[in-house]
Amino acid sequence: MDFSLSKEHEMARKLFKDFAENEVKPLAQEVDETEKFPSGTVEKMKNNGFLGIAVPKEYGGQGCDPLAYVMCVEELSKVCATTGVIVSAHSSLCCDPIMTYGTEAQKQKFLIPLAKGEKLGAFGLTEPGAGTDAQGQQTKAVLDGDTYILNGSKCFITNGKEADVYIIFAITDVVKDVKGRTKKIISAFIVEKGTPGFTFGTKEKKMGIRGSATYELIFTDCRIPKENLLGKEGEGFHIAMHTLDGGRIGIAAQALGIAEGALDRTKEYVMERKQFGRSIGQQQNTQFRIADMAVRVEASQLLVYKAAIAKATKKNYSVEAAMAKLYAAETAMAVTTECVQLHGGYGYIREYDVERMMRDAKITEIYEGTSEVQRMVIAASLLK
Amino acid sequence: MKIVVCIKQVPDTAGEVKFKPDGSLDRAAMLTIMNHDDKAGLEAALRLKEKYGAEVTVLTMGLPKAEDVLREAMAMGADKAVLVTDRVLGGADTWATSTTLAGAIRNMEYDLIITGRQAIDGDTAQVGPQISEHLGIPVISYAQKIEVEGDSVIVERQYEDRYHVLKAKMPCLITALAELNEPRYMTPGGIFDAYKKEITVWGRKDLKDVDDSDLGLAGSPTKIAKASDKVRKGAGIKVDNLGAAEAADYVVNTLKEKFVI
Repeated sequence: MDFSLSKEHEMARKLFKDFAENEVKPLAQEVDETEKFPSGTVEKMKNNGFLGIAVPKEYGGQGCDPLAYVMCVEELSKVCATTGVIVSAHSSLCCDPIMTYGTEAQKQKFLIPLAKGEKLGAFGLTEPGAGTDAQGQQTKAVLDGDTYILNGSKCFITNGKEADVYIIFAITDVVKDVKGRTKKIISAFIVEKGTPGFTFGTKEKKMGIRGSATYELIFTDCRIPKENLLGKEGEGFHIAMHTLDGGRIGIAAQALGIAEGALDRTKEYVMERKQFGRSIGQQQNTQFRIADMAVRVEASQLLVYKAAIAKATKKNYSVEAAMAKLYAAETAMAVTTECVQLHGGYGYIREYDVERMMRDAKITEIYEGTSEVQRMVIAASLLK
Repeated sequence: MKIVVCIKQVPDTAGEVKFKPDGSLDRAAMLTIMNHDDKAGLEAALRLKEKYGAEVTVLTMGLPKAEDVLREAMAMGADKAVLVTDRVLGGADTWATSTTLAGAIRNMEYDLIITGRQAIDGDTAQVGPQISEHLGIPVISYAQKIEVEGDSVIVERQYEDRYHVLKAKMPCLITALAELNEPRYMTPGGIFDAYKKEITVWGRKDLKDVDDSDLGLAGSPTKIAKASDKVRKGAGIKVDNLGAAEAADYVVNTLKEKFVI
């Protein structure tokens, strides 16, 4: 068992770190304050291949492994969690399912421009009444000749309105199972922005990741070409769950980045901040807290990287992904809260990065499966 | 078109500078980066490649770990890389370095050689022009803009308050300024590809038409008398209890006393 990174990965980290420091960090506070989607940064990431890191070269991507992708989200999130989630939602939730379940024609038409970053991707599963209970879906798709007619709405959609390509889940049938219970048959569709009948609702005002565009998607008699069905009819629930397994690794990386970023800032701060004649970093209480945080961050990184490697090598990596997301998200929340505490009053002021990081951290315990869902997934694998 | 870009691995000035007992830099012990002017030269070469079509080869002399900057250059888009490394070449000053690099370039096909203006560790700006002298080709230094027209290059050469436009027939050598451009980042895929490529490694025996007496520390006319890290400034003078106007007067008068203004 070798815990050292390859030279390629070391250099990739240097690239992501340099990019994050030079291009992303200077804007992080403004992006949060103005809640403005960082289009300029997305354009730069497109030019540098960051929007197709784990997509094979023949489909316009960079041909790297999931670990390199995870390191990108991690480094971006160290300085700006908004930028991290833009990449994660685009890559894990839109590129990935097309790569895994798309037909060759769908890959040619959608995956190539997505991987090149010419188009941005999003994913719509959540509905007002269907969060953790994905079976609670109301959105319907009815086949009419060569098109499916989509009706319904999706909420809390990351990259909403900014994205060009959306993976949308809808009910295509309702059946009774052997016990006579009603079961919704869910299918996945690739929906393009601009399709008549596809509009956007209000933009959500959020606690954190405020520059990330979060919208409601509304479908009113929206006709989707039959060839945009992703996978087979009825395969939607499986596609959604499998896609979220991958997405969770991306969010785990985002959470890891937030925790690392907050800890980095705090290490600097406690050495500078003087109280009672010496830096607070010289007080044992501070030292113990820093040590405890560093251990949690290190453990998170091991879990996140392990999950990324599992994605590259294993067919099923649900448990690894769930463990990584659960632990990294709870670490991000705990560490950022502690970092604010160590900053004292300054930590509560928006001028200091840790204030933003604490708000950003919270979402990682909620989206792409709450911490409770991760525990359900982990327990289900243990107690069979 | 074939372009050779000379690049140098230099200490990262953000990190600590370390010296060996003889006063030369302990390169193995320091964090390193690709020299800024050289990176601009590489970027210029890559843009010429995109515009006119070219094969870009990066060349460096250094320790085996200088391989890192060659990989970085390939991850940015360079096609080939050559590392000249040999114990007998160590401790070289600009003369021995330019002799070595020219000896390596004599083995290569080239229309254009681009070097950085100067390296941030030595700051001599001598190696580029010296290579051109060894090879007997024209040199245009301090390039802030490079264009190709037929078999010639048209280069804007920076001066303090103006620039000159010079035209030179290829093969020739250009030294690049960091201001020439904003170097691109590596791409993630480029990094993984760069590690799959072979780096050509040459030693003393591979250098063409060079004398041993011109190589390494022994072949270096420059001798280092003394070297030190950045000299720390003193504590300075602290003046309290002045109003804004008084403080401004104090600063102006002090600067006048010291003939700064």
